[in-house]
Amino acid sequence: MTEKFDINNTFDPDKENQAPKISKEVATKLPTAAKGVDHYLRRTDTDSKAARRAELQVAALFGASSFFTLVFLVSFVAIPREKKIAVSLIGVTGAQNLVLGVSFGFAILLIGIGAIHWAKKLMSDVEIVQERKEIKPADDVQQEALAAFRVGTEESGIGQRKLIRRSLLGALALFPLPFVVMLRDLGPAPKGELRKTAWEEDLHIVTDITYQKIRPEDIPVGNLVSAMPENIMEIQEEEQNLNERGKSAILLVRMRPEEIKSQQGPDWDYQGIVAYSKICTHVGCPIALYEQRTHHLLCPCHQSTFDLSDSGQPIFGPAARRLPQLAITVDEEGYLIARQGFQEPVGPSFWERGA
Amino acid sequence: MSNTTTSKKTPAAYNYVDSRVGFSAALKRNLRKVFPDHWSFMLGEIALYSFIILLLTGTFLTLWYKPSMTEVIYNGSYIPLKGIPMSEAYSSTLEISFDVRGGMLLRQIHHWAALFFIAAMVVHLLRVFFTGAYRKPREFNWLLGIALLTLGLLAGFSGYSLPDDLLSGIGLKIAAGIIQAIPVIGTWALYFLFGGEFPGTEIIPRLYSIHILLIPGAILALVTAHLLLVWTQKHTQYPGPGRTEKNVVGYPLLPVYTAKAGGFFFIVFGVTTLLGALVAINPIWLYGPFTPDQVTAGSQPDWYIGFLEGSLRVMPAIEFNIFNTWTFSPNILIPALILPGLMFVLMGAYPFIESWITGDKREHNLLDRPRNAPTRTALGTMSLTFYILLWIGGGNDIIATTFSLSINSITYFMRVALIALPPLVFIATKRICLGLQRKDLEMLLHGKETGRILRLPDGGFVEVHEPVSEAELPKLLARETYPVWELPQKVDANGIKTPHYHRQMFKARMSAWWTKGDLPIPTAKEIQAGQHHAYEALEQASEFGVKPGKEEIVSATNH
Repeated sequence: MTEKFDINNTFDPDKENQAPKISKEVATKLPTAAKGVDHYLRRTDTDSKAARRAELQVAALFGASSFFTLVFLVSFVAIPREKKIAVSLIGVTGAQNLVLGVSFGFAILLIGIGAIHWAKKLMSDVEIVQERKEIKPADDVQQEALAAFRVGTEESGIGQRKLIRRSLLGALALFPLPFVVMLRDLGPAPKGELRKTAWEEDLHIVTDITYQKIRPEDIPVGNLVSAMPENIMEIQEEEQNLNERGKSAILLVRMRPEEIKSQQGPDWDYQGIVAYSKICTHVGCPIALYEQRTHHLLCPCHQSTFDLSDSGQPIFGPAARRLPQLAITVDEEGYLIARQGFQEPVGPSFWERGA
Repeated sequence: MSNTTTSKKTPAAYNYVDSRVGFSAALKRNLRKVFPDHWSFMLGEIALYSFIILLLTGTFLTLWYKPSMTEVIYNGSYIPLKGIPMSEAYSSTLEISFDVRGGMLLRQIHHWAALFFIAAMVVHLLRVFFTGAYRKPREFNWLLGIALLTLGLLAGFSGYSLPDDLLSGIGLKIAAGIIQAIPVIGTWALYFLFGGEFPGTEIIPRLYSIHILLIPGAILALVTAHLLLVWTQKHTQYPGPGRTEKNVVGYPLLPVYTAKAGGFFFIVFGVTTLLGALVAINPIWLYGPFTPDQVTAGSQPDWYIGFLEGSLRVMPAIEFNIFNTWTFSPNILIPALILPGLMFVLMGAYPFIESWITGDKREHNLLDRPRNAPTRTALGTMSLTFYILLWIGGGNDIIATTFSLSINSITYFMRVALIALPPLVFIATKRICLGLQRKDLEMLLHGKETGRILRLPDGGFVEVHEPVSEAELPKLLARETYPVWELPQKVDANGIKTPHYHRQMFKARMSAWWTKGDLPIPTAKEIQAGQHHAYEALEQASEFGVKPGKEEIVSATNH
């Protein structure tokens, strides 16, 4: 019992001075009866009625689990899938999902509670001690293992036969190459697609929901419209993907012409309507939170903020570049069109982007 | 024990299997293997059980989920989305949610279990860190744990993206933006991962194969290794009566540990199932199908990606153009790649750094109390503070709208706090640890305060101290100190230059920093004297009629 006070740990070689031990004399005088591990008898150890009660409790928990499994099975067929019920705190929810989940949950949970209750009340709760074996094998075992390894390698001759060794290493180094090479067709080589969008001269601007052309008078001052090039659906159909949507999306905002402090090109607005790329120059989230009064546009992902009255310059957040502006005008019928494509790549940075 | 078993007849079935497999020796060794008991040892269990739940529910989900980005028109039973074009992935997820009986439950259990899986791993990691359980011989297991956490994060993110709803699509878009910002290879990496530009049509099937095959396979392999090492090295234990570096005190595998650990699996599973039944999570039908030109305000990733989200948000806008030809984006690379990379490398290297500084190469099976390793504990709370601040930064929009604060102010505050707060927390933690050590020392040298005041015949007041009980003693005695490395001399007495002088100097400085403020370990004599004194004081008190725990103030002259 004195062993437990022994700290084999201390660094100081001067054990006399370091390893604290309680002398027998003091230890026997200690007031509480605690000697080593305290072990208290449980009621279930001393009272057979209590033990019987615990046994019944455990069995009841396991029995209730079986009951809930049956509830699950019955409700799987009995409750119609579309039935909804209102439950306080949860709201209106699918009745079947709720009953299935609750019954299944309790069927599982009660097994766990039963098992632990059993362990705590009825199984022996005497702590036992086991010695640890040293993890490092004895020196002679190590030596024998190394010797076996040496004999094995010597018998193979891999040490002496350099030609075999080197050619094997070469072959092993080369054979995974086909796997690596085959990864090449994971994707096409970039051909500057990140620089291009569908926008070009005279392309109509359409809304991104109804795909209707837009007249300037459709946009009141202070309004924000999400828009696309008119051919977006054709491109989508042809390419069978949403890539172009992620690049060509723009925002139209109308402000009073005198509010425009600067633009990316001379008169790129049309009567105070400015068009900017909707794709954030940080990591490419679509931007949608517009503050009418300040003309600030906030990206909901990382809060980069751009000033649409001032060339779309970033004024806050992690984005370092302005939003590219699209020069717009109207056609002879009075619909908004692009005067030219974007003059710089839209969206987030990439290595080859340059200035 | 072997005598009693051999005298009984071997069951035929047992004999049948054993004579083909030969497992009796292993069973004999292991069935009564001892496991120490402590609530904090359940954290790793929660992670393991969550992983099993994930495998179970995940397998069911694969039976209905279609990993395809082909556009279909939704025609299932969720009315608000009827007739809307969407990917097959999203529509099959809706089908699981609304047309497969119990499908919603499976999805929600799966998602809850994923959140618990990573949360349990993180808290388990903290437990292992703060108790020094990673020390020799368990460094490899620490590394395996770090790898498992990394894989867990990847599993979470790849699974989060599979429903192809608007929210998860935004997460993918951010990932794409980060990948394409990588210098030199970024665009190629993006094209290889997505099969071209974002979003393309390849990413969902590829993430699916990563999510259901590669990552779970790797996790399974590493978990097996992790558990095998725990098994062969035997579990660590907290200092306590009868517990030494060379033994394990606890309950045998059969029956107590089996019942408790097995039962605990059902409890974790049961709780997760009830949560899946009662608490909606990731209601993808409300977000709508993904399209790269739309976004919802207040988008938040799952909690474990929050720290990355925060680091992206808090980072100032720094970007360079190199020769007007290449774009270099520290505003993305630092928060999204360099910072998490550094965090994981530092975590992995930590056990080796610590043992280099302390010079401690001994085997440790008794856990440290956090107060007894003040520098380590302070480093831990410091790092945790940094992580939590990042995490809060990731919710700056939610905080701003909830508490009507300026999002700009929160972000500026975070930028300062991330640099200023962790060192303050370091200092505070170290002081607290040393204070607690003083309290322990006080108990050893003067006994335990009882809160009972005794008025002496001469009118003075003393507080009665009582000796520390034997059950508490090992805990108090478990502290140890490390010697400080001597400052090396550049040239020794014989005029010979010290080899690796600068490295040794650095090590000496680190060692001095590590042990700064350490209290001396009391000698056995001092402790004996202290305890004896406390015992005598208690006896004296009882002579005066002080009954333990009865009176607040006793006047000794009354008797």
